Amino acid sequence: MARILESHWLTPVTRYFKLDAPLIARSARPGQFVMLRVREHGERIPITIADYDREAGTLVIVVQEVGATTKRICALEAGDQILDVAGPMGSEIELPPGGHVCGVGGGFGTASLLCLMRERRALGDRTTAIVGARTKELLILVDELRAICDDVEICTDDGSAGLRGFVTQRLAQLIAGQGPGRPDHVIAIGPMAMMRAVAETTRAPGVKTFVSMDPLMVDGTGMCGGCRVTVGGRPQFACVDGPCFDAHQVDFDVAMRRNKAYVKEEREALERLACVSGRGRGEKGDAEPSPEPSGSRRGA
Amino acid sequence: MPVKRADKTPMPVQDAGARAHNFGEVNEGYTPAHAAIEAERCLRCQDPVCVGGCPVQIPIPDFIHAVAAADMAGAAAILRASNPLPAICGRVCPQELQCESECSMGGRFRPVAIGHLERFVADWERTQPMTARPGIKHSERIAVIGAGPSGLVCAGELAQRGYAVTVYEALHAPGGVLRYGIPEFRLPKAILDGEIDRLRAAGVEIQCNVIIGRTITLDELFTAQGFAAVFIGTGAGLPQFLGIPGESLNGVYSANEFLTRVNLMGAYESEADTPVRVGRRVAVIGAGNTAMDAVRTSLRMGAEEATIVYRRSEKEMSARTEEYHHAVEEGVRFHWLTNPLEILDDGQGWAGGLRCQRMELGAPDASGRARPIPIAGSEFVLPVDNVILAIGTTPNPLLTRTTKGLATNKHGGLIADERTGLTSRPLVFAGGDAVTGAATVILAAGAGKKAAQAIHEALEAKRH
Ligand SMILES: Cc1cc2nc3c(=O)[nH]c(=O)nc-3n(C[C@H](O)[C@H](O)[C@H](O)COP(=O)(O)OP(=O)(O)OC[C@H]3O[C@@H](n4cnc5c(N)ncnc54)[C@H](O)[C@@H]3O)c2cc1C
Ligand SMILES: Cc1cc2nc3c(=O)[nH]c(=O)nc-3n(C[C@H](O)[C@H](O)[C@H](O)COP(=O)(O)OP(=O)(O)OC[C@H]3O[C@@H](n4cnc5c(N)ncnc54)[C@H](O)[C@@H]3O)c2cc1C
Ligand code: SF4
Ligand code: SF4
Ligand code: FES
Repeated sequence: MARILESHWLTPVTRYFKLDAPLIARSARPGQFVMLRVREHGERIPITIADYDREAGTLVIVVQEVGATTKRICALEAGDQILDVAGPMGSEIELPPGGHVCGVGGGFGTASLLCLMRERRALGDRTTAIVGARTKELLILVDELRAICDDVEICTDDGSAGLRGFVTQRLAQLIAGQGPGRPDHVIAIGPMAMMRAVAETTRAPGVKTFVSMDPLMVDGTGMCGGCRVTVGGRPQFACVDGPCFDAHQVDFDVAMRRNKAYVKEEREALERLACVSGRGRGEKGDAEPSPEPSGSRRGA
Repeated sequence: MPVKRADKTPMPVQDAGARAHNFGEVNEGYTPAHAAIEAERCLRCQDPVCVGGCPVQIPIPDFIHAVAAADMAGAAAILRASNPLPAICGRVCPQELQCESECSMGGRFRPVAIGHLERFVADWERTQPMTARPGIKHSERIAVIGAGPSGLVCAGELAQRGYAVTVYEALHAPGGVLRYGIPEFRLPKAILDGEIDRLRAAGVEIQCNVIIGRTITLDELFTAQGFAAVFIGTGAGLPQFLGIPGESLNGVYSANEFLTRVNLMGAYESEADTPVRVGRRVAVIGAGNTAMDAVRTSLRMGAEEATIVYRRSEKEMSARTEEYHHAVEEGVRFHWLTNPLEILDDGQGWAGGLRCQRMELGAPDASGRARPIPIAGSEFVLPVDNVILAIGTTPNPLLTRTTKGLATNKHGGLIADERTGLTSRPLVFAGGDAVTGAATVILAAGAGKKAAQAIHEALEAKRH
């Protein structure tokens, strides 16, 4: 059980939560995640640890409504309890300190850059964040990132904030020496299509890149193998060996296909929830297009 | 003396046609009349060889004698003194390889149904009020990692000796394989819940959602948390894959994933959010208990053709005989001496076929079993919608990867003293599948029990 201390909407479909979870906050590292369950018979779902405060014993997560479980979580308020929170799961990214690290965030993936950039800066790295969204209203946590990064670069598809264009366009410019300059390491966290595009952008110039894979998971402890992703031609369990992997070794085709395995059942679960709660995907979801299976678990 | 019947008293079972489509327990349990007849079959041997076949040496003729005398409380006490999980072991022990394989009645006739009688007594005991809480006698607190049978038994035995015990479990519910692996139709969750309630009533604290090595390290259990000793019962949950092409296609599961979705997450219940997709034709690779559980579960989840594919023959199969018979009755198909080579794409990224090769048996291999040899030109494609891999599991490396000084063998198993369970680190003990690799419930329970005694002795020695 973990009590929600604070919660508010960051966008019409993305919600911020601060949880009272002292044991997890004490041992959390950037790149790790927790497994949540909100009710008996509920699904166990992985959610990235966006930030933590060891002294206060708190954990920040950012959840986007995409299906039945995330909708149930987003319906919770400060003071409510989350039935099960287990973690921290996964391995942290190992990077030599002192370089220029560029975090690329898309959708709620941006939230995961918070603790990552703070810790890298504390290690003496130069830190740049490139965050992207379709439009200004969907950008999240920009001020928080500005407070902990040397540079924050904004990209929107419609040009309503920052540069008009994709995060990969700005990343290519940095690699070419513009703005904050060529990064030594890139860490991309966002929708699968974005992470794949980042991997392609950094491949030829040879910039070491990590992506945070978000396969379907069941236990999150390395016991089922459902989360396997193909890395360098070999299966790896994202929940223990990852979730961050060398972007240039990941087989994105396989990963995107595997994430669509349960589209039909997920839709049914959502319809069941809509029947029970008397509210469909509508209301909060209207700002977003209908949930087209994008092959990614992360909202764009 | 009444005449001994030659045959075992048959276990009443649910009709095969009906049960293949429900999750109700297959074996319905002896009535008191069945139990009385079966108990009378025991010869009360001078030299009860059956006891030697039981890994925890239950005084079998004594408990059976008590059943025959209708002294149920006496029978239950005898069982529990040697085996803390009788309701579970009575159901899932491979009796035909253990106690019953040795039984003197087995020479000319059929062995006494020791497992069925054990289950009968334990099920009676479940209807009785629980015994009083033992109370804390010692100041040392003990941590147990993993709430599978080894950890639960170790915790229970230590609580009986007057220790405060905390069990840490990574998943949201205790039980280990008994919860996520063995299906409801073989081991109802109510039986497991009963054992867990009994432990809690004895004062054992169970903390779920704590992963030792991640949430708390093993070293922190001693330092920050102040435990005096630790027992590791983390099991062998890491599923193996074959490494053949097509394993990452959709619709290909490890048996652990498939069974966890169904058992732990309740995918067979309508209220559950966790889906599992079972197509019309399911092939399960392997022929152990896990394979039988997966193939019979897939029938119950709606598969029309559920097939076992195994590269050796029926003789080498490691599943319990009873489960195999039940699977045959339920309509499971068997491709013996068949080796899978490749899982074929149906054109949409899902499993569509299993390319196989027929085998024949050659000379014995390192395991002492006949080595399967491919027959040239025997390849064929089995049409499938799902492939479930039940080819074994190894110890989960999570804890050993995050802990210094825990020695392991080449299979990833913890190295532990056979008698005490002591590992390469002082006051850290281990047992069950984490040490032996995938084995049995009774071996795990026995190891937990031995380690509890060893922990008690080690702490006593420290006190003096
Ligand atoms: C390591 C890891 C870290 C993660 N971190 C986070 C996190 O920090 N925050 C977070 O919100 N999620 C995160 N996710 C994803 C999250 O786990 C899933 O969104 C969640 O499991 C969905 O569960 P559900 O029951 O709500 O939806 P489901 O019923 O499982 O399915 C979602 C439904 O929405 C559709 N859908 C899936 N992706 C999208 C999309 N991008 N846009 C529109 N529709 C979509 C699906 O096709 C399906 O119909 C992470 C996943 C992993 C593996
Ligand atoms: C499908 C299936 C069917 C089987 N059928 C039979 C049968 O009929 N008869 C029989 O005798 N045996 C059977 N077995 C084998 C038997 O279940 C196991 O041998 C037995 O459960 C091992 O017990 P254990 O306590 O060592 O480990 P497990 O039962 O594996 O339990 C280990 C527990 O530790 C937890 N854990 C792991 N790592 C950590 C960590 N770092 N921190 C906290 N917790 C952790 C796990 O989540 C798990 O709950 C079967 C096994 C399977 C998979
Ligand atoms: S515990 Fe298992 S082996 Fe021992 S007597 Fe009971 S059924 Fe037989
Ligand atoms: S060997 Fe068989 S007949 Fe003899 S005591 Fe044991 S159970 Fe009874
Ligand atoms: S989620 Fe089960 S092994 Fe990773």
